[in-house]
Amino acid sequence: MTALLSVDKLGKEFGGVHAVEDLSFQVEKGRIHSIIGPNGAGKTTLFNLITGLYQPSSGSVHLNGRSLAGHQPHELAPLGMCRTFQNLQICMNMTALENVMLGRHRHLKQGTFTSLFKLPALRRADQQCREECAELMDFVGCGQYIKHHASAMPYGALKRLEIARALAASPDILLLDEPAAGLNRTETDALRDVIRRIADKGITVVLVEHDMKLVMSISDQVLVLCYGRKLAEGTPEEIRANPDVIDAYLGNRHSREEATA
Amino acid sequence: MSEAIPQSPSRVRATAKWPGLTVLAVVLLVLPFLAGNDYHYDLMIKIALTAGVAVGLNLLVGYAGQISLGHAAFYAAGAYGSALLVQQFELTPVPAMVLAAAGVAVLAWLVGKPILHLKGHYLSMATLGLGVIAAIVINNEDQLTGGPDGLPVAPLSLFGHELSVFGSYDLFGVAITGTQVWYGIAAGFLFLSVLFALNLIDSPLGRALRALHGSEIAAQVAGVDTGKFKLRVFVISAVYASLAGSLYGYYGGFITPNIASFTHSIELITIVVLGGMASTYGVILGTVILLLIPQFLTGFQELEMVLFGAILMVVMIFMPRGLVPTIARRFQKEAS
Repeated sequence: MTALLSVDKLGKEFGGVHAVEDLSFQVEKGRIHSIIGPNGAGKTTLFNLITGLYQPSSGSVHLNGRSLAGHQPHELAPLGMCRTFQNLQICMNMTALENVMLGRHRHLKQGTFTSLFKLPALRRADQQCREECAELMDFVGCGQYIKHHASAMPYGALKRLEIARALAASPDILLLDEPAAGLNRTETDALRDVIRRIADKGITVVLVEHDMKLVMSISDQVLVLCYGRKLAEGTPEEIRANPDVIDAYLGNRHSREEATA
Repeated sequence: MSEAIPQSPSRVRATAKWPGLTVLAVVLLVLPFLAGNDYHYDLMIKIALTAGVAVGLNLLVGYAGQISLGHAAFYAAGAYGSALLVQQFELTPVPAMVLAAAGVAVLAWLVGKPILHLKGHYLSMATLGLGVIAAIVINNEDQLTGGPDGLPVAPLSLFGHELSVFGSYDLFGVAITGTQVWYGIAAGFLFLSVLFALNLIDSPLGRALRALHGSEIAAQVAGVDTGKFKLRVFVISAVYASLAGSLYGYYGGFITPNIASFTHSIELITIVVLGGMASTYGVILGTVILLLIPQFLTGFQELEMVLFGAILMVVMIFMPRGLVPTIARRFQKEAS
């Protein structure tokens, strides 16, 4: 078994509140691993712990066998990890394409003098980057906005733009924080295709999502969080059949119907 | 993946910067024909040098979103630094200017290094303090800097020619005055300032800077070490100020501690805010407006500070993007 990301006894307290507690799980390479749980279960906190925005109170996170302890957020892209945000983090002072090009940051030279003089090598690399990023925008399905300013784009397209930006870093593992939130059914179906195609490229996907239909139809593994603890883990079928999960999370009839739909 | 991809004209091109640069070059070349006397030249030279500083400051304030309230200190350090290097160490003016700029870069790095990885307005506070200290040092170290009485500066010499405003020179058979030569230097400085700024903004480095203004978290997740990048642009903008300060000293032949004053720093910030943050051509227009206003208000010189304050407030309330971006946006709306 090749665990790309392994989380070991991870814990985070906010002044006595255990947002995440004694949590261990592993994400295998090339899989789509979903994390679900009711509101306040600690999903986003977990993402922030993994991506270095928060420092854990206890436990550890390893990526490719390397500990991520004490890493600054900007040090994770070079290690092959990228993420999107539940609340969009788009640079509204830039064009859509420039936002994606930002994602390629770690692959481009940024010397002060090369930049001031705009040497031909830099110009060529930048043009190549521009074209690759335009293709990425096509890939996630917001190619029609290539010439637009980010501030002129609709919400659904911005969510895809964020995915394109994360992909531009050519990560080994991509963390998606509620990519379907605020999207309608058609947009969510299109998103499902995008996530599948990302996984087909060999990129490991960790998905936090409330949309059960999406999670159940796409995931290889599902981890259920409840009050910061692991409630269950397994394939979508196992999760559907797990009585604890049904009690705690899919408890009401409506959700259960949605999950089996 | 070995199949040949048909070469089609790319649908994504970098925005061309030559149209703007051509317009700037034409304006700079035409202006001398409109100048009637040396006073006009003097004003144009001062505007060009100040605009150069503002273009550099705009990289920090407009693009990277960091406020410096002490850029006059870097300007003064450049002016006094190069003047003293010539006077005390008998350097020739151009190496003195380069050396002063290097010194200012180190100074800016030392000031910025501990501060720029912090969030918030710490840079404003630190640069404010730096500006005040610079003014005090220049005023008090009078055996070296001449104190409040000012310091005479040796004229610039290029290729063995001393370039004094009072001289007269021969350019390929055309007789030109020293002021005209100096206009050429100042205009050239402004043009290069704009060229380098535009190059920088449209590079990966520039994108990282704009990104940390747009969303610092997004920039970090993309792998941008935001503190390091803020520091770099702070140093670059300080070097812009230093070079302009050196030229100003060589041009005027005399510098006073006024150039290090807090008022001067505020003037520079006002120019950037007025002309348009994140608009390189906008800040040139801002400089023109702000330096021309006092020409029509002679006799109210003590009200200058009040005027800057009023301009800052009005711009912030009615067009927070600044003059040029606001107007440009209005035209775009009408066009579409």
